[in-house]
Amino acid sequence: MSVQETPIVSMDAITKKFPGVKALDEVNLDLYAGQVTALVGENGAGKSTTVKILTGIYQPDGGTIRIDGDPISFANANAAASAGITAIHQETVLFDELSVAENIYIGHAPKTPFGLIDKTEMVKSATKLLNSIGAQFDPRTRLRELGIANKHLVAIARALSVDARVVIMDEPTAALSHKEILELYELVETLKQQGKAILFISHKFDEIFRIADRYTVFRDGTFVADGKIADIDENSLVKLMVGRTVDHIFPERSTITSEEILQVVGYSHPTEFADIGFKLKRGEILGFYGLVGAGRSEFMQSLFGITKPSKGICKIEGRICAIRSPAQAIENGIVYVPEDRGKQGAIIGLPIFQNVTLPSLGQTSKSGFLKLAEEFKLAREYTQRLDLRAASLDQDVGNLSGGNQQKVVIAKWLATQPKVIILDEPTKGIDIGSKAAVHEFMVELADQGLSVIMVSSEIPEVIGMSDRVIVMRDGRIEAEVEGEDLRPEVLVRHAAGIGIRSQMEEV
Amino acid sequence: MTQTNINTRHIPDRLHSRSYRALRSWETLLLTVAIVVFVINSFASPYFLNAWSLSDATFNFTEKAMIAFAMALLIIAGEIDLSVASIIALASTAMGFAVQHGAGTPELIMIGLTVGLLCGAFNAVFVTILGLPSIVVTIGSMSLFRGISFIILGDGAFRGYPADFAWFGQGYIYWVFTVEIAIFALIAVIYFVLLHKTNFGRAVYAIGNNPTGALFSGIRVQRVKFILFLLTGLMSGVAAICLTSRLGSTRPSIALGMELEVVTMVVLGGVNILGGSGSIHGVVIAAFVMGLVTFGLGLLNVPGIVMSIFIGLLLIGVIALPRVWAMFVAKRNTP
Repeated sequence: MSVQETPIVSMDAITKKFPGVKALDEVNLDLYAGQVTALVGENGAGKSTTVKILTGIYQPDGGTIRIDGDPISFANANAAASAGITAIHQETVLFDELSVAENIYIGHAPKTPFGLIDKTEMVKSATKLLNSIGAQFDPRTRLRELGIANKHLVAIARALSVDARVVIMDEPTAALSHKEILELYELVETLKQQGKAILFISHKFDEIFRIADRYTVFRDGTFVADGKIADIDENSLVKLMVGRTVDHIFPERSTITSEEILQVVGYSHPTEFADIGFKLKRGEILGFYGLVGAGRSEFMQSLFGITKPSKGICKIEGRICAIRSPAQAIENGIVYVPEDRGKQGAIIGLPIFQNVTLPSLGQTSKSGFLKLAEEFKLAREYTQRLDLRAASLDQDVGNLSGGNQQKVVIAKWLATQPKVIILDEPTKGIDIGSKAAVHEFMVELADQGLSVIMVSSEIPEVIGMSDRVIVMRDGRIEAEVEGEDLRPEVLVRHAAGIGIRSQMEEV
Repeated sequence: MTQTNINTRHIPDRLHSRSYRALRSWETLLLTVAIVVFVINSFASPYFLNAWSLSDATFNFTEKAMIAFAMALLIIAGEIDLSVASIIALASTAMGFAVQHGAGTPELIMIGLTVGLLCGAFNAVFVTILGLPSIVVTIGSMSLFRGISFIILGDGAFRGYPADFAWFGQGYIYWVFTVEIAIFALIAVIYFVLLHKTNFGRAVYAIGNNPTGALFSGIRVQRVKFILFLLTGLMSGVAAICLTSRLGSTRPSIALGMELEVVTMVVLGGVNILGGSGSIHGVVIAAFVMGLVTFGLGLLNVPGIVMSIFIGLLLIGVIALPRVWAMFVAKRNTP
């Protein structure tokens, strides 16, 4: 691998201020041609702000951006794009109702001599682009019809269509299944060989060590260190990132009682899942593992009353309960922390305390009239238990980082004093520090007699946290695993439907 | 406070005091506008500063404002009802029809309110049960309700309302205070409490900011929206009673175009047209601003059509002002 002397892009002492906070304080970041640089940091370290500055969405308040050594400033997103910098975002911004080709070429479509969009040319070059990254679909397909992994390919194709020299990937694997992630790695290799500089943002350390060549660490908006991945190990990198050693050992579990709290029998849905049945004991942590699309979230939402099951019985403490709405689920002591935090979890636009008390208003009010003092008291009690970092309880949740928003959502549910809490990918997109806090808290809850159902696609988390794991595949329960059998390869085989005996190529 | 553990960090309730937040609010800006309009009017016309003429001026906005309060809740929850003026027409027509068959004042009031509620329920069913967009449904019912009035009345008009029915639109409670302004004040207080002081009001804000999140938090979203449409219908019924009583007759063109003035009042009052924020006191001030402007211009013999130009400019101006100010401040702060 040839290392060039000048980086393609370099950020030199970049500072960005927002009212009340310095999001970035004189940070440096260099991106080299043909190399993957991993940007590492906890939530709130300034990674997203960096991406926004590099793509021209924000303008820095100080410092210089250099391209090939020449200082440059981006007045807007178009300026950054024409300088060859392009980003694939965490939640990719694409247009569902347009075709794949239109999505790729939006804003810079090939034109006919009359200035109209040249559709034939557009489809032709889109096909070429898609082939080059191994995408197997027609560019005339409506985007809506594609799965999330394929949408990512479209986003990548779009990034490449502008002849980008720098590709920023912001948590590209967060929503992908194991197989799709492997395909993405190959694609990154291809991009490297084409000489593109890649900025890779991820919370997953295995991923960073697998594909990155260099690393840059930010902490609380400041530059900490950079260097070659080959010269560092996982523990030292974590230490740089959090400023202390985090031995990510999952917390100890005490024994579970035998008292049964929830029993589900034969839950079915016309399309998403069928014949789901299990029992849950008081104080137990039950993991649900499976590939993306195995129907885990759909089942959980049905248990929470969002979608109606076509068949099935749910018993809570031996009593049969008909749950037809979230309100009924909450009355029966079942609460759900959704995966889609921004849309289903937090109500952005409302202050923290109102988010926390929303399902508990019956408790904090008097005959339907609000009592603000009671609300603040309840909100303070639970947010402080979760060690929320916020300026005030009256602050809009939208201004909090992802990890802190998650704490607000969890606090909201704990305030209802539930019997069963369902956590859907509770640590997705959360930094390692908050992750450990959430894990510790889950154990604390279980020890206090709360039963926890945890949906997770991260194998270490599932194995480390769960007393028992149910593996789902294609909407059905494939296996129930506990004790000695709780090993990564067992889970992966069940999830993929390969069974225990046959061999597996890659894990 | 109860317990303050040493290792838990304390989060303050609020960063800013009540008065600081009030000072920076939309309502304060609007109040300033109201005062400015009042002062200009007092200088522009010698007839303005007179208790009786000011009392007359309130008729410019009381009926609209009654609906605007309910509409404010609906818009905060992310929906809208454009059929309100047509509900007035239909309710008024129903009352006029009943008068021809010998109905007395109590019956008329019952009929006015019931027709309002039924029209609200009609909209609510399509929006909350069938899940159709409210703007489409209520544009449809806007034509439908008024269309029914036209069929019943044609070119004619219903007259002959009982003498005691006139009390609602023409009566006085005390000195210069009309019955309408009393109803207006009562409704304002009720809606203020409903929106700002109850669990129901909190649910309205939650739905407006994020309907999915509200549903996932156990709020019965469709039920809340259903009630909001009923309330808007009911308020249109109340406005129909007042307006019919004041005019003493019903024509199918009654309250034509009033829905846009109602929406203007709500938006001028600081309610986000996209939902999620706004206040009742804002709408109250907006009602007075609109009333004062129209009345002041009326005293200066400005024709109605020109007045609507002023109202339009006022709306755009007041909404643009904070944005322009922010741009000005941003520009001054960058070297």
